[in-house]
Amino acid sequence: MLGYLANRLLLMIPTLAGVAVLIFFMLRVVPGDIVEVKLRGDGGQVTQETIEAERTRLGLNQPLHVQFVQWMVGLATLDLGNSMWTDRPVTEEIGVRLELTIQVAIMASIVAILVAIPLGTISALLRDTWVDYVVRIVTIAGLAVPSFWLGMLIILGLLYYANWLPPITYTPIYVDPVANISQLIWPALAVGYRYSAVVSRMVRSSIIEVMKEDYIRTARAKGVYEKLVVSRHAMRNAILPAITVIGLEFAFLIGGLVVTEQVFNLNGLGKLFVQAVSRNDFTLIQSIVMLIAVIFILSNLVVDVVYAWIDPRIRYGGR
Amino acid sequence: MSTNRRDFMKAAAFTAAGLGLLDAMPARAQGAPKRGGTLTFAISAETPHYDAHGSDTFATLHFGAPFYSTLLQFDLANYPKVKGDLATSWDVAPDLMKYTFKITPNAMFHDGSPLTSADIKATYERMRNPPTGVVSTRKATFEDIDTIETPDAHTVVFNMKAGNPAMLEHFASPWNWIYKASLLAAEPNGPKTKIMGSGAFVFGEHVKGSHVTGTRFDKYYKSGQPYLDGFRGVFMTQPAAMLNALQGGQVQAEFRGVSPAERDRLVQVMGDKIRIEESSWTLNLMVVFNTEKKPFNDPRVRRALHMAIDRRAGAAGLARTAVLRDAGGLIRPGSPFAMKDEDLAKMPGFGRDIKAARAEAKRLLKEAGVPNLTFTLHNRNLAQPYTPAGIFLVDQWRQIGVNVEHRQFETSPYLAGMSSGNFDVAIDFSNLFMDEPSLALAKYVSFNRAPENRSRAIDAELDRLYAAQSHERDFKKRFDLIRAFEKRAFDQAYQVPLLWWYRIVPTLKTVMGWQMSPSHNLGQDLAGVWLNT
Repeated sequence: MLGYLANRLLLMIPTLAGVAVLIFFMLRVVPGDIVEVKLRGDGGQVTQETIEAERTRLGLNQPLHVQFVQWMVGLATLDLGNSMWTDRPVTEEIGVRLELTIQVAIMASIVAILVAIPLGTISALLRDTWVDYVVRIVTIAGLAVPSFWLGMLIILGLLYYANWLPPITYTPIYVDPVANISQLIWPALAVGYRYSAVVSRMVRSSIIEVMKEDYIRTARAKGVYEKLVVSRHAMRNAILPAITVIGLEFAFLIGGLVVTEQVFNLNGLGKLFVQAVSRNDFTLIQSIVMLIAVIFILSNLVVDVVYAWIDPRIRYGGR
Repeated sequence: MSTNRRDFMKAAAFTAAGLGLLDAMPARAQGAPKRGGTLTFAISAETPHYDAHGSDTFATLHFGAPFYSTLLQFDLANYPKVKGDLATSWDVAPDLMKYTFKITPNAMFHDGSPLTSADIKATYERMRNPPTGVVSTRKATFEDIDTIETPDAHTVVFNMKAGNPAMLEHFASPWNWIYKASLLAAEPNGPKTKIMGSGAFVFGEHVKGSHVTGTRFDKYYKSGQPYLDGFRGVFMTQPAAMLNALQGGQVQAEFRGVSPAERDRLVQVMGDKIRIEESSWTLNLMVVFNTEKKPFNDPRVRRALHMAIDRRAGAAGLARTAVLRDAGGLIRPGSPFAMKDEDLAKMPGFGRDIKAARAEAKRLLKEAGVPNLTFTLHNRNLAQPYTPAGIFLVDQWRQIGVNVEHRQFETSPYLAGMSSGNFDVAIDFSNLFMDEPSLALAKYVSFNRAPENRSRAIDAELDRLYAAQSHERDFKKRFDLIRAFEKRAFDQAYQVPLLWWYRIVPTLKTVMGWQMSPSHNLGQDLAGVWLNT
């Protein structure tokens, strides 16, 4: 297993290098100039000399291959450089938002798992009963309703029925857990509903599939209790595709919550990403893309490890 | 009739009262200010940096004005009169060629060092003659200053190259934050990223994308002020989120302004808990044609597009949903130097017969060889009032057979696109803080003299008229020169006004001491604000 993990971690390097090459050169092809936007974005009078001086300072006048090598060296030494827009270290710009975004993603994942697995299982086991129909309606609604719209309904509901709104600025959980949770639980619920609908549908179809397998019939023929048939034999197999979906959804949430962040006025990574793109802040865009790529790869790795833990037939690295 | 500067300001105040502007600012039952509490308010944009000298966005002022002082400031209770901020008294030479200010000996920066005339001098030198790499959007404003002298630590003297009747008001500009001379000498661009002021509040933190905080400066030079323990400005770029926060009491004010529909919602839901103050606004939206691009280098094309806009119908319709209200010329309608409506109606693009105007517009386009003109409208991605204004323009031009692609950008790319000439036609804005013609007309002066002229047009006649009116001290003669300037501007139509804004500010009734004005750039130092809780 350790060998497998080491192998997978080593494989991250060429994957990330590929992402780095793609994002670096794609950004340079897209029209737009951060120096123009930055210096003329106030409407002030800026001479061409000032613009050239700023380009030189930011290293944008150097040949592309030199810029690329410098960036790759920075990546290798974990020096992501400074934001071209704010001149602050990229790690600082991302750090303040990443903490919030990861927490929302984790909380939404917890909501999704807690809701989706029981619902999907019940729906599958009580297939074509009224319970199944209710669960299917709820999950299809979850797929159809955009998270940001649900977020708006939650906000309005809290306002009108409880005359209360969650805090509008972020407080880390280690500073004030109550303020933190009372702010982030609502976006987590809004996002978690759609997330749980996706996972629930997956759990339902997997269990229906698995329940037709020969080993389930064998277990039942041996007189195993139905509860044990489901929990020990069916669930362990049926849950595997759902874990894949959970992993992918979690990684998606890291950069994909732009509109929901705006509804709840969250200072998250999605909003930062959109701002960075609109300002052509190359160093920041590149770093966020690399971060999301790392999270995707790591979440896939975690999914594979969990696979092996749940399914004893899967043994990575063994012959 | 000869009019001096004071007469002019009296006329302005009188006209403001006549307009109902002062009526629109209800006197509050103030009582004795209470100390304590934290004011939380929404800021609908985040400043890109901290340097007001190089900024034109309210986002910088609402963020940083509480940290800084200025030499003078507008007296909002008696707008447009000015009063001292750091200055305790001042003397203006009769020929307007010398301004002497005495500054308070009690002022100090937040690091404890005294604020002296040297800091004032360094600040104004930076604005009028910025060092290499420093951006000053105030350079043209102070180009009439010849030399600055500091005879002692608390006296500063400005010697002028030419008399400017509005110079005292320029000294009260909210953008003229006083920086510390020694820090400027060490790092001329330091104020972009570092805050060291002498204002009522000490900078606390700026969490990017989230909020800014300030705490009371106990050694503030105005006795007893500030009343608040601190403030928190929360960046809320989505109007819906801001309205919810206001309704839920999480923010106590939004000082820039909301739309009529948003006002109605707040009043309906919050009843007597919310205070609404309204005023005409020293802001207008403009349509700018890039005269360096074909076919907008042809005056017939520009005039056709200008004439096709039914501003009167637009004002009536947009006033219901957007922060736009009045059709007017280059000077704010109702202010002393503004064109009267009957005269405005005779100007191309402002007539009452829109059918005839559009028929003429079509003829002009055909004559110019572009009967089926297609172009892109460059606009800002703010809901108020840019989006409805853009949609309105697209519809107006469609009615003369012109096909327009409407593209909206975030503030910085939007401004950068206009400043670098990377657009066909744009919606620009004229953000003023007073009704001074030299300030209002500066945007229309030739591009080589006024980089803020986004049409990039060069017009010697406009330059001549501008210079003549700016130094003319006779009211009637100046009024006529301004009319001539406007006629030339509308005939050439390099850039033309669309509609003037209307300001609606919601505050919770617990917020006291803040004063409404026709400019969202004024009155944001928060020194006199207190909470009645």
